[in-house]
Formats: sequence, C-alpha cells, structure tokens
Amino acid sequence: MSYTILEKKQIAPQVHLMKVLAPDVAKAAKAGQFIILRIDETSERIPLTIADFDAGEGYVTIIFQEMGKTTKQLAKMSDTDVLQDFVGPLGKPADVQKLGTVILVGGGVGIAPVYPQVKAYREAGNKVISIIGARNKDLLVLEDEMQDASDELYVATDDGSKGHHGFVTEVAKKILDSGEKIARIVVIGPPILMKVAAGMTAPYGVETIVSLNPIMIDGTGMCGGCRVSVGGETKFACVDGPEFDAHKVDFNLLMSRLGLYRSEEAQCQEDHNCTCRSGN
Amino acid sequence: MVARQLMPHQDAKERARNFDEVALGYTKEQAIAEASRCLECRNPKCVQGCPVNIDIPGFIAQIKTGNFGDAIATIKLTNSLAAVCGRVCPQEVQCEELCVLAKKGEPVAIGRLERFCADHEREKGVVTPVRTQPSGRRVAVIGAGPAGLTAAADLAKAGHAVTIFEALHDTGGVLTYGIPEFRLPKAIVREEVDYIRQLGVDLKVDYVIGKIKTLEDLRGDFDAVFLGTGAGLPNFMGIEGENLNGVYSANEFLTRVNLMKAYLFPDHGTPIKRGKRVIVVGGGNVAMDAARSALRLGAEEVSIVYRRGEDELPARKEEVENAKEEGIVFRLLTNPVRILEGENMTVKGVECISMELGEPDESGRRSPVPKEGSEHIIDADIVIIAIGTSPNPMILSGSDGLKVGSRGTIVVDGSARTSLENVCAGGDAVTGAATVISAMGAGKLAARTINDYLMNN
Repeated sequence: MSYTILEKKQIAPQVHLMKVLAPDVAKAAKAGQFIILRIDETSERIPLTIADFDAGEGYVTIIFQEMGKTTKQLAKMSDTDVLQDFVGPLGKPADVQKLGTVILVGGGVGIAPVYPQVKAYREAGNKVISIIGARNKDLLVLEDEMQDASDELYVATDDGSKGHHGFVTEVAKKILDSGEKIARIVVIGPPILMKVAAGMTAPYGVETIVSLNPIMIDGTGMCGGCRVSVGGETKFACVDGPEFDAHKVDFNLLMSRLGLYRSEEAQCQEDHNCTCRSGN
Repeated sequence: MVARQLMPHQDAKERARNFDEVALGYTKEQAIAEASRCLECRNPKCVQGCPVNIDIPGFIAQIKTGNFGDAIATIKLTNSLAAVCGRVCPQEVQCEELCVLAKKGEPVAIGRLERFCADHEREKGVVTPVRTQPSGRRVAVIGAGPAGLTAAADLAKAGHAVTIFEALHDTGGVLTYGIPEFRLPKAIVREEVDYIRQLGVDLKVDYVIGKIKTLEDLRGDFDAVFLGTGAGLPNFMGIEGENLNGVYSANEFLTRVNLMKAYLFPDHGTPIKRGKRVIVVGGGNVAMDAARSALRLGAEEVSIVYRRGEDELPARKEEVENAKEEGIVFRLLTNPVRILEGENMTVKGVECISMELGEPDESGRRSPVPKEGSEHIIDADIVIIAIGTSPNPMILSGSDGLKVGSRGTIVVDGSARTSLENVCAGGDAVTGAATVISAMGAGKLAARTINDYLMNN
C-alpha cells in the first residue's frame, strides 16, 4: 500500500506535523487511538498517537519529534511523498464521558495526542482545563489550537520562557489545591512526566489516566513486545490500552523496556552518520 | 526396493550461521528415482492422509515420465500453495504415514516430490491461471494466512469476487512472520501469493478488521465472510521475571527476524537483541524455529527447555534433528520456575526445576511432575517463550452474535459454519495453534460451504 503525505511542516525545533491521506483510518479514528507507520520496505514500524483526523477530507494528522533514525528520516520527507504503510486506528479509544471538570495535561510532543481528547471531552459536555508544557517556549506545540479548544489553558516551561516557570504537574497541583472539584486528569507526555503526575495526584484520590507508548511491532496483540505491568497484571498496551489508570502503572518497568534497544539505536545512528559523511 | 532418496542439505556447521534455506531440494534425477518407488496403489491411502486431497499417485506418475508441468498442474487442482506445503507439512504423520511402503520401511517422499514440482515450475515461470466467469457474488476473507489464502483461491476459482483483508503490511500470515527464511524462503511465499492474486483475488494489507470495519460491516458489504484470523496472541507462563528486558514471546522474536528482517539490521531498521546464551521454552516447531534463529543471530549457546521428554516433543522429528545437528542443546524434563533479574531489569538466567513423567494426562501424553529439590540455574541473557498462542480477540469487537469457545476459539460446525449466517471460519482461529496444512484444509472446506451457500441463496 502507499499513503500520500498531504502536508508536512516543522512546528517546533525537531518537531514536525504531518497530514497523511488515509481515508479508511480517518473515518474510523477516535481520540486516544494510535497508528503504526512504515516509511519504506526496509523501515521499522513505529507507533504514533493520532493528533487529529478529518473523516471528510480523509486524512490523519501525526506530530512527531526527531529521536532515532526512523523519525529523522520521516522528518526529511515532504508534501506528496508517500509512506509505505499507515495502519490504524489501533488501540482502544479514550474513555470520554461527561464527568464535570477534567484536566488534560500534555508535555512536549505529548501535547499532540492530548489535543483530540480536549475536543472530545469538551464535546461530551465537560469543562476542560488544559495544561501544556515543554522545556522552553519554542518547543510548545499547538498552543493556539489548545487555546481555542479548551475552557482554560495554562502553560508551563522548564526554563520559564513562557507561563509558569516549572513543570506542568505543579500547575495541576495548584488547581487541585484550589479546591475546584476535578473528576479526572489525563496526562500524556514523556514517561517520567506521567510517573511524576501519577505520584502527585495519588494523595488527592483523583482518577488519573495516562497513555503509554512502549515499543511495539504489529500493534494488534500479536507480538507482546508492548507489555506493561498495570496493578501487578501484564497488559498489552496495543490492545488493552494505550490508556491505563496511572496509579497502577509500573513506570520503572515501562522506562526500562523503552531503553531496550538503546545500544542498537546508537549503532544505527553511527552507521547512519558514517554513510552521510562518506557521501560528502 | 530402491532406497528413499536423501534430501540434500546445507552443511550443518555452515548453515547454523546463515539464514539460507537448509534443505536444497531434489534434482530431476532424484525426483524421477524417488517417484519410481511409488507402487501406484489402486486404493491409495496417502490421499486420505492429505487434508487437501491432492491426487498423489497421479502427480507422482507424471514425475516418473518426466512430465513435471503436468505434475504441478495436478497438484494445483487442489492445492494453491504447493511450494509451501512441500516444505512445511508434517508429511510423516499425514500422507507418508499412510503410504504402503511405510509399513515395510520408508514411505515415498511425497512432500519432497511436491516441493520439487513447485520449484521446477517456478524456475521455468509459473503458468498464469485462467480466470473463471464471474458469479457476481462477493466474499470477504479476513487474514492472508494459509487458511485465508486457500479459501480465497478456491472461491476465486469458483468465480466469486474475493477481497482479503490483512492487518500486517505483508501477506502470508504465519508463513511470513513465523516460519523462518531458512525453512521457507519468503520469495517463495511471495510467488505463491502472487499466483493467488492472478486468480483475481484482491488483497488489502494494513487493514485491521475490528478497527476500520467490524465483522458486522463486512456481513453487510459482502455476500459471505471467511474468518481465517489465526492464533496470534502469544501465551506467557505467568512466572516471575517474564517482563524483564531480554524476554521475548516467540511471536515477537520471530516477527522481528522474519517479517521485519532484523537479522539484516541496521540495513533493515528493526533491531533485535542478539543473545550470547539463549533459552527457548517449549518443544514445538515454533520453539525449534526460534532456537535455530537465535543461533543464526550469533548466540554461543542456545538451549531448548522443555518440561516433557524427547518422545513428547511436539515438533516435527526432522526439525528436531536439524536443530540437534546445528548444535541446539536440549534440556528435556526441565521447567522454568522464574527468570532471574540482572542489571537494569535485564535477564541474567532462569531458575529451572527437573521433572519426571507421571500418569498420562487428558492429551494422552505422560504429564510431567516436578522433582523436589532439583532446582538449578541456567545462565541466559535472552529467554524466548514458545509455549503456544491463542486466537486474537480483536477481530471479535463488534460481532456480538459470533459464538466463541472457552479458549477464545471460534465455534464452527462440521462444514466450517459459525453461529452467524454467511460467516465461515477455519484454521488456528478455530482449532487453536495447529499446522499450516490443517488450516489450508479448513480453508478448502469453508470455500466449499460458502460456494454452496452462494449458489443456493
């Protein structure tokens, strides 16, 4: 199969947005689900959470950060290029219900998958307080879109270049301390952020949901590579998730398993750089 | 009586370090010599042993006279995946077991002859099949594995418009993601699938039924549906340490190696951990495939850990022998108790307990009982769990009326009909993990049932 890239733009340093023509996926997609893509015949399959979708226009939006060889290669692609494979929607949709007031937290590129959830929770009749954060203001993505979609938006940056000087979890804590009744908190971002958020909300007894993105191949329950420990039970993030109760997730295991191929990835980068240099 | 022709093999030492095919195939002379051993029984028992009822004496007689083109045509009347079956069917418990010569000694090497015919045709260029007059009926097949491909081929031959929906990016199912290159080269699978495409079958990859569309949707869009969704969900043992880094399901390990070609990393982007000391838990064909793949990835020692004895190994004898020749260590009557944790949540070994065989259990095999105080530790940096798979429940989302058994298998009657009208099922999704050929047999049966249904409705 082949899937045309309708639009590709850089939206922050090393962060890119891509609209991919995939009408079947766009028609079936719901907030909280993910896709798996493969650039070409020799590429690995990588999972990315859906950042937006348009059933009418038939496209799915993904937002990714350049991390390894595959995302770097993806970043070099442009409009009208084609992806070999684009499979989805995978995973269970987010459990969006009318609950009252909910807080949605996005950290770094984790803001992207939070965005469709903000819209979905709002549509379901909730008051949505969004908190987005990044290392600095240049790395904040979808700020305008989040502003439009949310009832309230708070911004935090690690270096204080915009909004609260510090972490998104500190902003969330302030809201919880204010006494406003919060029915649920959804946190998506780097595993360490989700771990800290889970620890922060636990004493408040607020239901806290995280979206996990472990290493996976097929995304349909076949390989078991994405297994995570939730409440002492082994779950496959691809079919049982990707969303889980944050207070039950073993984040240390998740983070350790995410690092499984670090040495291979480094070797790959070296080879990649070598090839680039020899080409000069 | 002439002795059975030996299959030429790649040398064991050499092949243990490459992914090229192990069995090299008969020469023309060998094929004719082997075919000449067939007694052409008037009442051939071998055909009864074949789940897809190939006219075995028929095609063997054609080999005898050197009519290889006719021989493959005879096979293809009932089997659209001859090159695959000739390589991976357990002939020793099917056609060859019932061969008259088996009683006196060695049966005719039917599987090797089937493979020869298919390979001979492929070398010369496969004859493009003639398409049948369209019936105007449409059938959806879910899953492009052995069951789905077979059902699709037979339905297309009957004139129906068939669309196969496959969740992965490539076709073949277990033939592509599970069985390694050295036992079944992927180029061969691709050519067999191309043949099925030439029959007029439309293949859609990257298409996840249960997500993009539900079974209910397909029942509305098509006149009939065949479910060949396989048994893709890996089982784990539920012991301590199973989520440590370095523990793989055999499915994941083999998918990385076969489908994603991790053995060619970094030229291919998918990595795999290349262990020094690898333990594979289980004794079936999948365990043998995983162990032999690990060896080819460069492991110093690969052990099979299996809780029963040699006679109980469910793997094909030929594969067990191949594995032994290549240097796989068999630790039989041994069962893992827990996986030991090293630095950074990695595996450093497996604590096992020795077993002895007790009374036969419901499977008829003598059940293993732990020997008290026999715990011991085997060092390992990679552990591969190959203790079986279960049907994948994902397909069932949005198909309430489909009757499913206790282990998640789809319930069918003797004609492959499910509890839903116009829906048939077959293969591992119905039986739980079994063989390629039994799935193909089920695909054929379902195709007959669906054809009858379409002709009468």
